[in-house]
Amino acid sequence: MAKSALLKSSLAKKYWMALTGLFLCLFLIGHLIGNLQLLATGENAALNFNKYALFMTTNPAVKLLSYLTYFSILFHAVDGIVLTVQNKKARPVGYVKNSPSSNTVWASRNMAVLGTLILVFIVTHMVNFWAVMHFDKNMPLQKVKIEVNGMEQELYLTTDGGYMPVAQVEQGNIEIKHRTEFYDANAHVKIKEGYKDLYKVTVDFFKHEKWGLIATILYVFAMFVLAFHLYHGFSSAFQSLGLNNPKYNSLIKNFGKAFSVVVPLLFASIPVFIHFILK
Amino acid sequence: MASKYINITLKIWRQKDAKSKGQIETYKLDNVSTSSSFLEMLDQLNEQLVGERKEPVAFDHDCREGICGMCSLYINGRAHGPDTKITTCQLHMRSFKDGDTIYVEPWRSKAFPVIKDLIVDRTAFDRIQQAGGFVSVNTSGRTMDANAIPVAKHDADRSFEAAACIGCGACVASCKNGSAMLFVGAKVSQYALLPQGKVEATQRVLNMVRQMDEEGFGNCTNTGACEVECPKGISLENIARMNREYLVASIK
Amino acid sequence: MKLDSKIPEGHISEKWTNYKDHLKLVAPNNRPKIDVIVVGTGLAGASAAASLGEMGYNVKAFCFQDSPRRAHSIAAQGGINAAKNYQNDGDSVYRLFYDTIKGGDYRAREANVHRLAEVSGNIIDQCVAQGVPFARDYGGLLDNRSFGGVQVQRTFYAAGQTGQQLLLGAYSALSRQIGLGRVQMYNRHEMLDIVKVDGKARGIIARNLLTGELERHSAHAVIIASGGYGNVYFLSTNAMGSNVTAAWKIHKKGAYFANPCYVQIHPTCIPVHGTNQSKLTLMSESLRNSGRIWVPKKKEDAEAIRAGKLKPTQIAEADRDYYLERRYPAFGNLVPRDVASRAAKERCDAGYGIEDNDTNEGVYLDFSSEIVSKGKQAAYAQGNHNPSDEEVIKLGKQWIEEKYGNLFQMYQKITDENPYETPMKIYPAVHYTMGGVWVDYNLQSTIPGCFVAGEANFSDHGANRLGASALMQGLADGYFVLPYTVSDYLANDIRTGKISTDLPEFAEAENSVKSQIDKFLSNNGSKSVDHFHKKLGHIMWNKVGMARNEQGLKEAIREIDELRKEFHNDVYVPGTANELNTELEKALRVADFMELGQLMAMDALQRKESAGGHFREEYQDSEGETLRDDENFSFVGAWEYQGDDINKETLHKEELNYEFIKIAARNYK
Repeated sequence: MAKSALLKSSLAKKYWMALTGLFLCLFLIGHLIGNLQLLATGENAALNFNKYALFMTTNPAVKLLSYLTYFSILFHAVDGIVLTVQNKKARPVGYVKNSPSSNTVWASRNMAVLGTLILVFIVTHMVNFWAVMHFDKNMPLQKVKIEVNGMEQELYLTTDGGYMPVAQVEQGNIEIKHRTEFYDANAHVKIKEGYKDLYKVTVDFFKHEKWGLIATILYVFAMFVLAFHLYHGFSSAFQSLGLNNPKYNSLIKNFGKAFSVVVPLLFASIPVFIHFILK
Repeated sequence: MASKYINITLKIWRQKDAKSKGQIETYKLDNVSTSSSFLEMLDQLNEQLVGERKEPVAFDHDCREGICGMCSLYINGRAHGPDTKITTCQLHMRSFKDGDTIYVEPWRSKAFPVIKDLIVDRTAFDRIQQAGGFVSVNTSGRTMDANAIPVAKHDADRSFEAAACIGCGACVASCKNGSAMLFVGAKVSQYALLPQGKVEATQRVLNMVRQMDEEGFGNCTNTGACEVECPKGISLENIARMNREYLVASIK
Repeated sequence: MKLDSKIPEGHISEKWTNYKDHLKLVAPNNRPKIDVIVVGTGLAGASAAASLGEMGYNVKAFCFQDSPRRAHSIAAQGGINAAKNYQNDGDSVYRLFYDTIKGGDYRAREANVHRLAEVSGNIIDQCVAQGVPFARDYGGLLDNRSFGGVQVQRTFYAAGQTGQQLLLGAYSALSRQIGLGRVQMYNRHEMLDIVKVDGKARGIIARNLLTGELERHSAHAVIIASGGYGNVYFLSTNAMGSNVTAAWKIHKKGAYFANPCYVQIHPTCIPVHGTNQSKLTLMSESLRNSGRIWVPKKKEDAEAIRAGKLKPTQIAEADRDYYLERRYPAFGNLVPRDVASRAAKERCDAGYGIEDNDTNEGVYLDFSSEIVSKGKQAAYAQGNHNPSDEEVIKLGKQWIEEKYGNLFQMYQKITDENPYETPMKIYPAVHYTMGGVWVDYNLQSTIPGCFVAGEANFSDHGANRLGASALMQGLADGYFVLPYTVSDYLANDIRTGKISTDLPEFAEAENSVKSQIDKFLSNNGSKSVDHFHKKLGHIMWNKVGMARNEQGLKEAIREIDELRKEFHNDVYVPGTANELNTELEKALRVADFMELGQLMAMDALQRKESAGGHFREEYQDSEGETLRDDENFSFVGAWEYQGDDINKETLHKEELNYEFIKIAARNYK
C-alpha cells in the first residue's frame, strides 16, 4: 500500500514535483554564483572563470550533483507532463465562459507552458555551452598575449600556473591530446594541461556579430519565463510537501517572490553585460 | 427594501440527459427584482417557461440558506457567481445590472458528470467519505464521557473550520485541474486535528486519497482558486495538512 | 381503534431502563436475514440507518437529495441540549425533562420526554467520539451557552452551525456503514407509498428521481424520518424540497396523524421581499439578547418609512414603540418564540409594519442601544472613563461583530443593508412543526412495523418546541430509541424470510402511484404547481397561521378543499414520467400538502383553546395571552384517514396524564 502510494498517487506526484523543483532552485543558486564571475572584469577574470569551469567539470562531488540535476530536470519535466495530461483529462468538457483571473494568478495557471519553455531553453543552453565544453573538438584553450623581450608572444595558460607557447604547438613540437593535454610530440609524454576557454566561448556567443543581440534577447526572455515559473513554483513546493504553517507562510511566500525576481534578474544581467557593456 | 427591476439575458446550458449533447440556450427574462436571489430568478424563468409550455431548467437546490451544499452553478465564469464566501442561493440579483448577459453552466469535471441541464452527479464525494471520512466508533452512546479528553481550543476551532465544508463541489468546479483536494483535505484535517480521529489517521488519509484518485479528480497545482471560491472559506492549509498526513502515512 | 401509547409502568426515571431490559432481541446471526427501510437521512434517519446497519440488519436508506448529507437538519444553527451539568449550574435530567414539558405548554407525553432527557447526555458523548468539533473553552473542555425558556447553560454548539456538524457526524457514521456494505444508500429517490402486507408495513414504492422509474423495495420494517411539514405554508425556513409526502402516504394507509395544528413560528426571520420569494431565512434567536424590537408609534411614520421617505434612524426615541418591552416588562425582548411572533403580527395588523412589501409585514430589531452600552463598557475596560461618542460607537460595533459577525454579514448579503448602521428588519416565519405522525412509546405508528422518528413524529415537543431540542430529539430517536424498539418488533420476523416484491400488494401500490403520476402528466391544465402552492400558502398563513379563529378556520377548510379540486383540474405539469422532472416532483408533494393543510385547519378548529404554537383568538386572557383548557383539551388529537374527503377524517384522543409534573400556566410578565 504505502509503496505504491509513494509512486502512483496524485499526492506523491506532487511531492516529487516539489522535491525536484526545490533541488533545482538550489542548483540555480550554485549556477548563478559561478556565472556571476562573468561580470568580473580585469586581468584574471577569464582565468578565474575557466578555472571554475574546470573544477565544475572534474570534481567528483560536483559530478554527482550534476547527475542529480539532470535527473531532477528530467523527472520534473516528465512528472509535470504526466500531471498536466491527467489534469486535462479531469475536465473533458470545458466552460463556455470562464473567468480564471478572478481567483488565480496567471503564473499559477501556466506552469506547464512556462515549464516547457524553460525546458526548451535548457536544451538550447546546454547545446550552446555545456555540449561545447564537453564534446566540441574545436573548443579553444585559453591563451594570453605577453610581451617577451619586446616581442608579443601567444601563450597557452596551463593548470600548473605556467605557460605553453602557442608556437610550439604550431611547430609540431607539442601535440594537444584529449582536447586539453599538451604532449611532447617525440617522447609521447604529457607535459602540461591547458584550460578550456569557456569564458571566450561565452563572450563570443553573446558578442557574435550576427546572433549576439538575438541570443541576448532570448536569454533575457528565458529568464522572464523562469521568473514566472519560480514565482508560483517556489512557495507551491512547500505547500505540496505539507509545509504550511501560518507563522511561516508569509516568510516562505515573500522569500519565494524575492527569489523569483532576484535570481533570474541576476542571470539575465550576464548576457546583457557581455553584449552591451563588456569591452 | 428598495428593489429595482432589471431585464436580463440568460445563456444557460441545456442538456436533456447524461448521454445527450448539450448546448447553450438563450433566454430573455424581464422584471427581475434585484432583491431576488439568483435561484429565485431561475424560479421566475421556469415559471415563464412552464407558462410557454416549455420544459423548465433543471438545477439543484434545497436549503436556500447556504448550508446544505446542494446548489451549484458556474455563473459568468465563476463558481457560485461573482460574489465570494457565498453559495449561489445567497447570491442576489443586485449583483447584476439591467441589460446584463449572464452565463449559467453546470460544474465541469470528469468526476461530476452532467445528469441534466445544470444538475451534476456529485456522489464521488460520498464515495470518498465512505472510504474513510469517519471515526470507527459504534453508535452505542456508551463511549467515554464527552469531557474525558480535553482538546486544545485552537485545535478544536481549526477542526471546526475544516468541518464547515458543505460539500458543494465549488473547489472542483473552479480548479483548472478539476481537483478535489480542498474537499478531501478539509475532511482529513477535521479528524486529524482531534484526538478521536488521530487513531486511524494513517489508514484514513491513504484510503480517502486512493478513492479520490479513482474517481478521476485532477491533481492540485496550488493555484488557490478553490480557496477563493469556497463559500465557506476553507483554507489551503487543509490541503497542506493532508499532504503532510499522507507523506507520513506513506512512509510509515 | 383504541390508541395504545404503550407507556411502561413504574416511576418515570425507571420506565425506559426497565422497559429496555425486557424488550425482545434479535441475535446477531439472525440480523442479516432482516431488511429495514429508512426514509430520510436527517439526524433521525441517518442515525437510525447507521445504528441498525452497525447492528447487522440489512438497511436500505432513501433520500430525495443528491446526498444524505444535505438533509435539512443541516440548517439548524443554535445548538443541542443535553443534561450534562458541565457548567455546574444545577442542571439534571429532571430539569431538562421539566423544561421541555413546560416549554411544550403541557401537551407532550411525560414518558417520552423523560426518556429524551435521559439519553441526551449519551448524544454528546457519541458525537464527540465521532469527531464532531463542538465549541470548547480554553481548558479544552466543552463549552455551553444558554437558550430561551431555561435557566441553565445546557446547550452544546459548534458556532452557528451545530445542525451541520451533528448531521455530518451522523452522515459519517452512515457513510461508514455504506462503505462496509451494511447500508445500501438510495440518493435522489422519493418514497411515494408504503406497502402493507397482512396489515404490516412491508415495503415502499420509491421513484428514482433521475430516471423516473418506480421501484419496489421490501423490508420487514419501515422507518419514516422525513422531517416536518412547514412547507405547507409555501414560505418557511424549511428547505425547498422538505415535504410531507412520506408521512402523509403512511397516514393514508392507516397511520394516525397527531396534532397537525401545532406549528412553530420563529420570530426573527428576514421579511418577505416580493412575490417571487421562495423561502425565508432565519436569523438566530440569540440576536434577541442584544437587539430591541420596535415599530413607530405613529402610523404616519410607518407609512413614510414604507414609502422610503423616512429612515428608521430618523425616528426619535420618543416616537418608537418597543412593544415587547411595553407588554412584557419582565422578559422584554426575550419572551418565548410564540409570544414574540404574535406580538409582531399584532402591530403589523394594526398598520405599524415597516416593510415595503405587499403586506407591510416587518418590524425593527435595533442594535443601537447595545452598541452604545457595550461600547461604553469596552471603553471603561480599556481605562478610558471619558470616551467620545465616536469611540463608544466604534468599540460597540467591534463587540457586536465579535459576537454576531457572521449573522450580520449574512443579513447584509441578503438585504444589502448594513445592520451596524440601520436596524435589522425582521418578521416571524414558519419554522418547525410539532405535530406529526402519531407514535407510541416505541415510536411505532398505528401501522405495525412502520416507525416514525424525528420531526416527522409528534412525540416530544407538545404544542411548542424549545430552542436546541430538535437536534436532541432527532439523534435520540435514531441512535438510542429505535435500535431497541425496532429490534423488539423484528424479533418476530426471524423466520419470515425475504419479503417478495412480486406480491400483489406491491403491484397495487405501484399502480396507484403510477396512475397518480399519469394523471398529472396528462392533465394539461393552465397553471403551474407553484401557482397553487403559493395560493395554499396564502390561505394557510392568513387563516391557519400565527392567530386563528373559528370563522377563518372554517373558511380555510372550504377554500383549501376548493383549491385542491382546482389544483387537480387545472395544474400543468410538463415533461414525462421517465426522466428527471422537477415539476412532477413538486406536483406530487403539493397534492399531499393540500390534504394536510385542510386537516391542519380542522385540527385547529377542534382545539378550542390556545396552547403553544396554536393560538385561537377566542381563547386568550384579558391581556392577549394564551388560554389553555386543560380540562377539555389535555389530549393528543390523532386523525384517522377516511378516504378522499379530508372532512371525513375522524379524531381519536390520547389523554395526557401528568403523573410527575404539576401543570401550571405559562407566564412571562
